[in-house]
Amino acid sequence: LPSVPAPPQMRGSRSKALPDRAVVNCQYSMATFSTGERRRRPHGDRQAGELALHLKQTFEAAILTSLFPRSQIDIYVQVLQADGGNYCACVNAATLAVMDAGIPMRDYVCASTAGLAEDTPLADLSSPEEAAGGPRLVLALLPASGQIALLQLSARLHQERLEAALEAAGEACRALHAVMDRVVRERLREVTALMGD
Amino acid sequence: MAAITMRLPVARRAVGPSAPRGGEKHLVAPGDTITTDTGYMRGHGTYVDEEKLIASVAGAVERVNKLVCVKALKARYNGEVGDIVVGRITEVQQKRWKVETNSRLDSVLLLSSVNLPGGELRRRSAEDELAMRDYLQEGDLISAEVQSVFSDGAVSLHTRSLKYGKLAQGVLVQVSPSLVKRQKTHFHDLPCGASVILGNNGFIWIYPTPEQKDEEAGGFTTNLEPVPLSDREVISRLRNCIVALVNQKLMLFDTSILYCYEASLPHQIKDILKPEVEEEIVLETRQKLLDLEG
Repeated sequence: LPSVPAPPQMRGSRSKALPDRAVVNCQYSMATFSTGERRRRPHGDRQAGELALHLKQTFEAAILTSLFPRSQIDIYVQVLQADGGNYCACVNAATLAVMDAGIPMRDYVCASTAGLAEDTPLADLSSPEEAAGGPRLVLALLPASGQIALLQLSARLHQERLEAALEAAGEACRALHAVMDRVVRERLREVTALMGD
Repeated sequence: MAAITMRLPVARRAVGPSAPRGGEKHLVAPGDTITTDTGYMRGHGTYVDEEKLIASVAGAVERVNKLVCVKALKARYNGEVGDIVVGRITEVQQKRWKVETNSRLDSVLLLSSVNLPGGELRRRSAEDELAMRDYLQEGDLISAEVQSVFSDGAVSLHTRSLKYGKLAQGVLVQVSPSLVKRQKTHFHDLPCGASVILGNNGFIWIYPTPEQKDEEAGGFTTNLEPVPLSDREVISRLRNCIVALVNQKLMLFDTSILYCYEASLPHQIKDILKPEVEEEIVLETRQKLLDLEG
């Protein structure tokens, strides 16, 4: 559940304000009811900080920050149901939020996980699949240009298997892109029809 | 036992105009190539990558001769010289006030750009600086005109006319700037008994029509007399009508607000906010507007 408090705002962080670009600030939190067991502390743990940092890096690559000097873009994401691929869900949701807010971006950012289960590449791992301990690859892709915004690998993976896993993640991202694109275009059509000329 | 009404929301399809007007619009999303022709100049909402012009926001492509730009559906207010804006004072600084309009950076109202009591051509002295807070405090609403735009996009305002200044009693409605139609004048006196200021930044101010146009000293004195009940009802109805128009994404200008008000008269004021009543009223408004043009 992302919210981008409508586009860039210049907040009190003037000391951190960069004179020629915008600063992207991300905050990630999980609802207490999102995982199997009820979490005690939804904010402030290390995983949240790391995910927020990854989100920040991804969006700094995707948003055209040089258009907004001295301002700050805030992205707040809250996970309601976690079943593997938290980071990916956040990236996909935040992409749609940023697009809705009218902030210029290079392209959609689609993210997906991929893994290997005995030589078969799997895409979009669910939480039992992640917990099984196999290698896990997270890919955030800009579909139109094919550029990679973030690539993360946990556990060891043989070099020969990398291609296959990367392929699987790439395909999943492209499928996601098709779905998101369809939704965005429908919404555009609806709103332009309502607004008239 | 008091009766309680419960309403369960259901997904509604927005009812648009029956006949699509104008030509087909070219709708794009970020990452779409608009054209590979290098003859075009790029405008807002686009960027160039390897000789291809690519869209950076989701919206409709607008082409004026050789200039291509993409207009986003919903974006913050971009100031243009001559626009009327309604804003709220956020800070009082040394020689200026910081005003919040719905834009990317806070707007600026310089001390030299306001009318001070005592005449037009007075020099601004040190006492004026110290007395700044007496004129405009944090939280006050003002109406002003855009004087100029700084290079980073911040907007500089001025209230150098008697029709601008601090706003007293009324209701503020915040909408998206893209829904306010550009017109010759943004101050309207509606025949139903209230006046409205349509700020280009999406802030709309509805207030009771003043009886006589008195010449105040620079527009800083506020009229705090109690507003009669009939005026208050008119203002609440207008506010609900504007919210209904915004939900159905109809452009806001004086005629559309007036027609919507007339269409809503049969209903109770608080019913206007219900989705089905909203749709009905806005449909009627659209119909009247089409009749007006046709």
